Amino acid sequence: MDDIAHSLAMIVGEAYFSNQPEEAYFYARDPGLMPPHKPDYVVVPKSVEEIQEIARLASREKIPLVPMGAGLALTGLTIPLKGGIVMDMKRMNRILKVNEKARHVIVEGGTSQGLLKAYLEKNYPRLRHSMPDSPATATIAANVMIHGQGRLTQQYGFNSDMISGLEVVLASGEVCKIGSCSMSPDWFSKGAPMPDLTGLFLGWFGATGIITKVAVKLYPKKKMRDVEIFITDREDLVPDMVYELTHTEMVEDINIFAQPKPMIFKDNHHIAIFITGDTDEELEFKRKMTWYSLDRFIKSKDGGFMGVPPVMKPTLLEMPQRSVSRFADVKKGGGFEYSGPIIMVEKYPECAHKIVELAEKYDLGYSGMARIIGRSHAMMYGFAFTFNRADPDMMDRTRKALHEVSEFALEAGGVFWKATVDEQKMAMEKMDPNTLGIMKMIKENLDPNGIMNPGNWEVI
Amino acid sequence: MKYADIVHRCFRCGYCKFTSDYTDFNCPTYRKFRFETYSPGGRMWLIRAWLNGEIKNSDRFQEILFSCATCANCVEHCVFTFSEDLVNIFISAREEMVNDGIIPPPVRDYLKNININGNPYKEPASERGKWAEGTLVETYKDQEYLFYIGCVGSYDERGKKIARAVGNLLVKAGLSIGILGDKENCDGNEVRTLGEAGLFQFLAEKNIALFRDLGVKKIITLDPHAFNTFKKDYPALDGEFEVYHYTQILAPLIQSGKIPLKGLNDKITYHDPCYLGRHNGEYNAPRKILKAIPGIELVEMDRSRENAFCCGGGGGNFFTDILGGGEDSPSRIRVREALDTGAGIIAVACPQCAKMLDDAVKIEQLDDRLKVMDVAEIVTNCLL
Repeated sequence: MDDIAHSLAMIVGEAYFSNQPEEAYFYARDPGLMPPHKPDYVVVPKSVEEIQEIARLASREKIPLVPMGAGLALTGLTIPLKGGIVMDMKRMNRILKVNEKARHVIVEGGTSQGLLKAYLEKNYPRLRHSMPDSPATATIAANVMIHGQGRLTQQYGFNSDMISGLEVVLASGEVCKIGSCSMSPDWFSKGAPMPDLTGLFLGWFGATGIITKVAVKLYPKKKMRDVEIFITDREDLVPDMVYELTHTEMVEDINIFAQPKPMIFKDNHHIAIFITGDTDEELEFKRKMTWYSLDRFIKSKDGGFMGVPPVMKPTLLEMPQRSVSRFADVKKGGGFEYSGPIIMVEKYPECAHKIVELAEKYDLGYSGMARIIGRSHAMMYGFAFTFNRADPDMMDRTRKALHEVSEFALEAGGVFWKATVDEQKMAMEKMDPNTLGIMKMIKENLDPNGIMNPGNWEVI
Repeated sequence: MKYADIVHRCFRCGYCKFTSDYTDFNCPTYRKFRFETYSPGGRMWLIRAWLNGEIKNSDRFQEILFSCATCANCVEHCVFTFSEDLVNIFISAREEMVNDGIIPPPVRDYLKNININGNPYKEPASERGKWAEGTLVETYKDQEYLFYIGCVGSYDERGKKIARAVGNLLVKAGLSIGILGDKENCDGNEVRTLGEAGLFQFLAEKNIALFRDLGVKKIITLDPHAFNTFKKDYPALDGEFEVYHYTQILAPLIQSGKIPLKGLNDKITYHDPCYLGRHNGEYNAPRKILKAIPGIELVEMDRSRENAFCCGGGGGNFFTDILGGGEDSPSRIRVREALDTGAGIIAVACPQCAKMLDDAVKIEQLDDRLKVMDVAEIVTNCLL
């Protein structure tokens, strides 16, 4: 065992250290289409102190350090592009504190979405967090790090907007508290009314620091939840429909999906409208408000509410939706990847056209899915293609289709979500030079040795 | 390798690691080792890499494959259509490794001992039926049921106590049962799960021939592992028998009052054995028995029934101990979980679980707070 390996094993314990080919193989890749690159070491730390020691060691030895939650971004964000140490955070999964009345929770950096959901359901049934549709093993810290979205995104914005405090280990090994927790025992604000420093870390994919604790806001959990689906074949009207729906301020979440199969779905756009209520009256009132809001489209025969089949309802209401993962095996090949630019809702028709065009061009199975962010402030449009992992040609065609999506998104004024390394380069080329300059300053100051998830957000 | 056309279909979404409500990671190997490689998805990706020549059969790879407790939590929670085959895929990979002769030494020793001695304890066959001495259980002649014990119940001290308890109860209930004694052979369930398909077939065919010769039609098993293989694997080898786990026989007898019971003032939690529960869907019979005992308060652990956390003994680990050891060994986690319910007794319905959890209670130094008892032992204590 070399000196670094020995030191790492001493820090986390031999059982939680590996430099074996099996871990090197697995942690070299994620479920997406990015080329693999092997780590030299994989560690599974248990405490902030261990992470501090690892960061100090990495800085001293100038070894890359890549934090990883569940590794489910699909865009290669946890692939150690320059080798080094991959740090699997999931052993740090304690729920540290729930403040029921102030509606926030503090969790360790490897806590999964599923664990928090189960914990709240059992102990605080009137509280919920913004659950994404990524698999339940996805971690809360990684999700806010990539500016993920969830069930409450239409109401409260990106999941990262719901942060109320962070604890971060810097490349130097120092622990840094961000938000009210930097001067108070309470984690109720991520910045305001002080300077908001969360931006130094969010969206950076670990290139500026490692989130070891995160506090996220919790929200009222209503007793009842239901879903309605409004169908239209007029994709050009979807932005107006979303505008009306968001105007009601009655809706929990708005997703729009379009896919070629089953046949009756083809060429239609399904606006899934989720509503919640504590009483039947509340639920029915909200339901009626959503109906009224779209009434003019029904009258003009541009759409209508479909009866959601009983078999479909549990799938839609499930959190997270397991069916999202099942999309990977549509071609019996275990793979899917999507590019999900954040883009104006008015671009929905262009996005909807583009995905069909690319699916036909590259002969791929597809699913288009939009999630509305805020009151129609933006949307994530997921250009999802399924591929067969045992079919290199199909994988290559999928890569090409996704590359075209990236070009399209940039052209259409969108911003890449959880950008691949290539997309990061494209973004930085297009970015205002002064903005890029600030990013460079931040990166150089927080990571002077360039060890933090190197290859990502490398400003030349 | 069988199933080679499936291994690439794992997306590694990780649902296989959880319970259905995400209360905790529920894959015993992942829960212990905490590297993704030890999760079902990790195994799928590594098996594919191994078949493609991207990794080699190493000590680590063997540990990853052979530590799987075949508990079927992944089968229960995987979201894909091939979920039913997950454990079979891992067993098939083990078969390949066994065929290559490159397997962990404890696995090798287990298989050798079965081959040479017919049991993993290196004991003579003449000792097999000794547990029954002093009981009213007779040797099988033409009774209605064959009472099949298995290796653990026949040779392990803890297992023998449970065998005696069950045997006595069945006789007391007036059932016509007989045991094979020194003629009994290993049922082969663990041989199969450890990947020695040839030896399994040999054992199964030998057992089937013996059962047929003796005119056996109905079998009651002590051990859910034997129950599983008799029920699921033997029919494919022409071994069709009516197979019951003993709890399935006892439950109606107790509920109908054929075994009258006095009350017991205990709080009990029941641990579902994987080969009775998830593998065969029997969650109710043991609970019916416990609920029929007056005065017992039956409380459930956070993880029960389809979501039960394995004791870590399945898939041969009871014998090979590849998964055991350390604070996060599944059996130790499980007894801590049982303690959290406030129960004073963990009820089990499997001699392997009994032994695993018994040992864990001792290591956790919970002897004065938690007792591990087979359902049959609890019933025995309540006999009028």
